[in-house]
Amino acid sequence: MTAYLDHAATTPIFPEAAAAMTAQLALTGNPSSLHASGRSARRTVEESRERIAAVLGCRPGEVVFTSGGTESDNLAIKGMLWSRRREDERRRRLLSSAVEHHAVLDPLRWLDESAAAEVELVPVDGQARIDLERLRARIGADPATVALVSVMWANNEVGTVEPIEEVVAIAAEHAIPVHTDAVQAIGQIPVDFAASGVDALTLTSHKIGGPYGVGALIVRRELSPTPVLHGGGQERDIRSGTLDTPAIVGFATACELAVKRQVEEAARLTALRDRLVEGIRAVVPDAALNGDPVHRLPGNAHFSFPGCEGDALLMLLDARGVECSTGSACDAGVPQASHVLLAMGADESVARSSLRFSLGHTSTDADVDALLEAIGPAVERARAAGQAGARP
Amino acid sequence: MKVLAAMSGGVDSAVAAARAVDAGHDVTGIHLALSRNPQSYRTGARGCCTIEDSNDARRAADVIGIPFYVWDMSERFHEDVVEDFLEEYAAGRTPNPCLRCNEKIKFAAVLDRALALGFDAVATGHYAQLRTGADGLIEMHRAVDDGKDQSYVLGVLTQEQLRHSLFPLGDTPKEAVRAEAAERGLQVAAKPDSHDICFISDGKTGEWLAEKLPEKLQGVNRSGEIVDSSGAVLGSHEGSWRFTVGQRKGLRIGTPAADGKPRYVLDIEPVSGTVTVGSREELAVTGLECVRPLWCGTPPTTPLEATVQLRAHGHEHRAVVTPSGEGFEVSLLDTAEGIAPGQACVIYDSSRVVGSGTIAATSRSVA
Repeated sequence: MTAYLDHAATTPIFPEAAAAMTAQLALTGNPSSLHASGRSARRTVEESRERIAAVLGCRPGEVVFTSGGTESDNLAIKGMLWSRRREDERRRRLLSSAVEHHAVLDPLRWLDESAAAEVELVPVDGQARIDLERLRARIGADPATVALVSVMWANNEVGTVEPIEEVVAIAAEHAIPVHTDAVQAIGQIPVDFAASGVDALTLTSHKIGGPYGVGALIVRRELSPTPVLHGGGQERDIRSGTLDTPAIVGFATACELAVKRQVEEAARLTALRDRLVEGIRAVVPDAALNGDPVHRLPGNAHFSFPGCEGDALLMLLDARGVECSTGSACDAGVPQASHVLLAMGADESVARSSLRFSLGHTSTDADVDALLEAIGPAVERARAAGQAGARP
Repeated sequence: MKVLAAMSGGVDSAVAAARAVDAGHDVTGIHLALSRNPQSYRTGARGCCTIEDSNDARRAADVIGIPFYVWDMSERFHEDVVEDFLEEYAAGRTPNPCLRCNEKIKFAAVLDRALALGFDAVATGHYAQLRTGADGLIEMHRAVDDGKDQSYVLGVLTQEQLRHSLFPLGDTPKEAVRAEAAERGLQVAAKPDSHDICFISDGKTGEWLAEKLPEKLQGVNRSGEIVDSSGAVLGSHEGSWRFTVGQRKGLRIGTPAADGKPRYVLDIEPVSGTVTVGSREELAVTGLECVRPLWCGTPPTTPLEATVQLRAHGHEHRAVVTPSGEGFEVSLLDTAEGIAPGQACVIYDSSRVVGSGTIAATSRSVA
């Protein structure tokens, strides 16, 4: 039996979403076609758009379908920079946090390196919360030159929920648009686009019980980010590419379920997660919980295990059927020390000693039991291996 | 047994892992990431450590049906192998980084970590054979495939390391291994062998050294004179690392030898930078002084009639090996040419590896 504790990487598809998607797969029709088959597909897409808008507090026309989180983040950052610069050439600065997902950080770095923008990453505190005073100061230094502020709603590694409301308030003082990557937040905590005041929001289907390869950028009607993908102009001329009707209907079904069940599910996952955290502390007293202890995603538990290599622990747990993540980006499978933990002030050895356990809609007490049974011996072995590695 | 299979992404290590599974072991595959900066060494698909190799290893593990992980050994590799390689060259010696890697990384850092994590052995795709001797010690023998035999680069392994090693390919010719890989549905069946030093991706060792060594030498000028064995100056050069003992081409000496015969590098003096050249006859070496001895089994105490191999895929030379204070001395019955300090001398008793040492000095019996 496998204890799947990696829902932040991807979460199982809801049976309802799979059913809606598979039913649609059998149907022919390009939503852009004008005949009956095309109109039928278009209707499904538009209904899906309305369903997503209804549960996320935005207007249907604000939902731009994409291929997922990475594309949405790229579109928001590049597209907003380009369109804002076209309006005013001085707007060259992009402000973000040091703990963003690579789908945000890497476009930022690319824009900076190609001299298209000047990127400033605002530091975070020891719990990965963005330093709001620094953000205010950076904006205030020269507000007219800021093209966009992008701060994630909740951190994908350590689970800290960022103070989005405050970020929006600070940016609003100078009418600067805000993008947020809410990939981890939807379904875990309440997310209301209009109420939040953000201008653009990234979400992806496979993190909320829908199929892979589809997501959306919710972007206010008044804004027109410059496209990253040019072509048929299917999505408000902001995004081109034939719409994937089966994936979109699966996505909408999942989004509805995830948001409708959010309150109940958050309470259930919080209790389960707290049991996991207490259980690990009981077995491994020096294990340190990373991230904000209170303002965190209900399903996230992120620990450092002093003296252990995270990848050794992962392997040992995997061998016992417990699946988790080191929470770090992988280039060719080479584990890198997490930029999130480093930004939080952890040293490299602590950053390398970490594991993320993330719970979701299929998680049960049995999953937590399996972890708590396996973690003690795994930590013991990993510590021995860590010491072996330190031998000259 | 719980076996850790080191998988380079090549055909040999893939088949070795598959055979370990067939032998009934509980096998986990790992790929060693050895490059500290993935981009710097990984510019091409040659050698090891490319992303493509890592993916090939992963696909092989999928096909075999074993778990697979990447282990980051890049820091250890950089310190123990790459830096050592540069230091050896800077000191005028000619190191073999593959032996060093086996001694310090694959059968040390990796093996130690594997044992600590609960594995019993490490399996690799090296061509060598292990047998249990009459005394209960593990013996390492040459592979049946002469052309592929890799016992030379494993000559640094001690009894403790051999006890936790598996070389499943030693009894099989390379071509049969390739055929077996194809039969097993491994996509790497036709992948070319790697030959070069893995961290020098384009295979141009001289250029790589010319780029890296000046920094290592910290501005010390390694230019010097080229002299003959009588001490007469024949020319000059811009860096002694450009030469290896036995080298004939690229000496750029203006004046031809008196006898008109080609000249070879006989000796490199690292401190002065003096490079001595001479005739082919002068290149012949009859005595070796070896340090840093490593024995596969019980260290010998009395002179040993044996054969020695002095470079990878080199010839065997009949010799008498005499243990000495810091290592051993080798008296060669068959002379050897182009032997440079830093090379490994691996001692064999017939097909069995006795041990090895690093050549510190060579001598020639005056005819």
